[in-house]
Amino acid sequence: MVSLNLNGKTAQFDVPDDMPLLWVIRDVAHLTGTKFGCGMAQCGACTVHVDGSPLRACITPVAAVAGKAITTIEGLSPDASHPVQRAWAELDVVQCGYCQSGQIMSAVALLKAKPDPTDADIDAALSGNICRCGTYQRIRAAVHRAAELAKT
Amino acid sequence: MNARFDSSRRDFLKQGALTGGALVVAFFVPGAHRLAQATEAPAEFAPNAFLRISADESIRVLLAHSEMGQGIWTALPMLIAEELDADWSKIQVEHAPAAPAYFANGMPMQFTGGSMSTWTEFERYRQAGAMARALLIQAAAQRFKRKPADCRTENGYVIVGEERASYGTLAPAAAKLAPPKTVALKEPKDWKLIGQPTKRLDSPEKINGSARFGMDVQFDGLLTAVVARGPVFGATVRAFDATATRQVPGVRDVVQVPSGVAVIADHFWAAKRGRDALRVDWDLGAGAALDSDAVRTDFLAKAATEGLVATQAGDAAATLSGAAKRIEAEYSVPFLAHAPMEPLNCTVKIDADLCEVWTGTQFQTMDQAAAARITGLKPEQVQIHTLFLGGGFGRRATPTSDFVVEAVHVAKAAGKPVKTVWTREDDIRGGYYRPAFVHKAEIAIGDDGKPAAWRQRIVGQSILGNSPFKMMIKNGIDATSVEGVADSPYIKDLANHRVELHSPELPVPVLWLRSVGHTHTAFVMESLIDELAHAAGKDPLDYRRDLLQQHARHLGVLNLAAEKAGWGTPPEKGRARGLAVHESFGSYAAQVAEVSLQGGEIRVHRVVCAVDCGIAVNPAGITAQMESGIVFGLSAALFGNLTLRKGEVQQSNYHDYRVLRMNQTPQIEVHIVPSTAKPGGIGEVGVPPLAAAVANALFALTGKRQRNLPLSAA
Repeated sequence: MVSLNLNGKTAQFDVPDDMPLLWVIRDVAHLTGTKFGCGMAQCGACTVHVDGSPLRACITPVAAVAGKAITTIEGLSPDASHPVQRAWAELDVVQCGYCQSGQIMSAVALLKAKPDPTDADIDAALSGNICRCGTYQRIRAAVHRAAELAKT
Repeated sequence: MNARFDSSRRDFLKQGALTGGALVVAFFVPGAHRLAQATEAPAEFAPNAFLRISADESIRVLLAHSEMGQGIWTALPMLIAEELDADWSKIQVEHAPAAPAYFANGMPMQFTGGSMSTWTEFERYRQAGAMARALLIQAAAQRFKRKPADCRTENGYVIVGEERASYGTLAPAAAKLAPPKTVALKEPKDWKLIGQPTKRLDSPEKINGSARFGMDVQFDGLLTAVVARGPVFGATVRAFDATATRQVPGVRDVVQVPSGVAVIADHFWAAKRGRDALRVDWDLGAGAALDSDAVRTDFLAKAATEGLVATQAGDAAATLSGAAKRIEAEYSVPFLAHAPMEPLNCTVKIDADLCEVWTGTQFQTMDQAAAARITGLKPEQVQIHTLFLGGGFGRRATPTSDFVVEAVHVAKAAGKPVKTVWTREDDIRGGYYRPAFVHKAEIAIGDDGKPAAWRQRIVGQSILGNSPFKMMIKNGIDATSVEGVADSPYIKDLANHRVELHSPELPVPVLWLRSVGHTHTAFVMESLIDELAHAAGKDPLDYRRDLLQQHARHLGVLNLAAEKAGWGTPPEKGRARGLAVHESFGSYAAQVAEVSLQGGEIRVHRVVCAVDCGIAVNPAGITAQMESGIVFGLSAALFGNLTLRKGEVQQSNYHDYRVLRMNQTPQIEVHIVPSTAKPGGIGEVGVPPLAAAVANALFALTGKRQRNLPLSAA
């Protein structure tokens, strides 16, 4: 039994300690916004926040984050009002959309650490998130836009 | 938020849609009898298969094609809303069920591919909107006791003099009216939506995690399967030992299916661990001898021999043998995996008289027929629920319905609803690749430096062969193997040319990958033109302009891209530019790439792209698709290389089957040529020129011609 604080709610999960956090979130807690893409921290689709830091849920044993505050895309804002989500909407970033939860979670973490990121900062923070549709150019612009929106 | 959904409620909704759909099929055929003759007033106005208007003012557009990132969730509703004069904010979109009403125009199947969705639906979706508008006007005219000619429509209202009625309030009355036989479409000058950059309608749900992909299907009682498939193509199960597998907590069942052994569990992780513990004795078969280097060597040998003729004129051989100057070149490209972000998956629930399939597919009715064959049900007893596709690129358009067929077998063997999920490794190693190809070109050069005769031999597996589409092969020529060469303006304009094809068979399943034959033919053709320009001592742009004088749309994009890229002005020190132009899917694209070599890697700094796709329905979507195609093309040009040794695929995941990442992405600029020509394709058109533009830039930088993909920094 593992106790998790998921998006502000604490619940007990009857899962093995070594089960990756991703599959607890998706298949047991039934929050499907966090995606499975590679299973080996290569693509970033499973990015969530643990105590505010970005983390690849697909390789994180659930026991390692017991009791910590886990935020998924569903917990980012109740109404897509987070500046990063607003910027994503404004710049029409998404295509197929599968990677975008992870992209957004990585971008949110970057802006928390660096409120005024350079292109190089964005590249460094988001190159672990693959987008096969190739929305990278709009993601880059949207991160800059989110930095502006966060200040207004 | 709980992402699960109530299966029974959804069933009800879908049944409802299907009931309407069945009647709607007939309704759209002129003169056929229609839905709204029912005695009770329908809850919603269903003027045709593609549109529903409810009393609550919501307007539902049913998509005959799948949204996989290419933007038809927005572009097709734009076509309807344009003619309907709908309130754009009221538009809701959903994937249509699998039904004949949604067959692609002129084809006996429902599918998404060939960059066809927007241009093939350009008439049908506009007609659907115009017909509904005509009925709403008729209903308003009756209500206000005026003539239809006195009515006009605007933003979801019919307006007559001082009176106005919303579409929602008119819907019940409109549903009882007989549709007009013909309706006139707007003149292009009156378009309000078509041609306007329009934001995606699927954006909100894709930025808050609520968009549902096939992978996200969950309901009570649903189990998850992971399948152990053979280590080489064509391998079969001799025996298996599931003793350890069955001891993994959460594992519920282990069943053999035609493609391997399925481990079925409460959730993915248990199924995956169960598969790890499984011991399977495989009969490898002939696939174990496969080696991709040997395949390439064999293809090169075949390229030296005569193949089947794809196109020819005059006597290329005679001109070549008498030519004072000629070039001869061999090009090759490897197998490629599609590697969409969402690994393949398919959920199946089989009841006595109904089989339900939830998946992201590009091939609804073929999947439906395949599921019917396996379950013994009729096709109409198979419901295909299309979810958002986490990328397709052709991989979800399998003529064999491979991932659906397997999932149906798994659910049938389990006797329970099962979601079959592929791991990334399963996806990379699962076949259905862009086939490897070799091209051999021999070109005679005239005194003017232009090509005088052209012979090209192409060697590679046929995609259409061994598929239900093999009737499309004419005289042994699979058009998807030679498109972009056999119809190239450079070749067709020559009095003496000959294109030949060898289509060897191999145990590797192959498939269309975004831009299909053009993935290799554009690279080869536009590299060869660069070779010819160099041999003639001409600038690559001038040389192309000279050859393409009679091809205005090629020239249009070429000139625009060159101008915007600053062709002819010196690039930054250490950089060089290359260009390429190519027609595909009824559209034209030219790209100029600016490259350098940095720290042993090819660095593409900037790509300037011009595209002519006829009428630009949604310029924002077109720009996004060109950026997308360029990134996709660059992934293949720089990294794409799937290899086989002793039949085993050597790559397994994104660390060794690399795709482009943000830090490798160039600055991309897209320019759309204004046009009134009929719309062409767009989803694939950005891919073809990219590899050649980069290869030609590398030649300009280093003087070294690269004839094999992926490109090398060495």
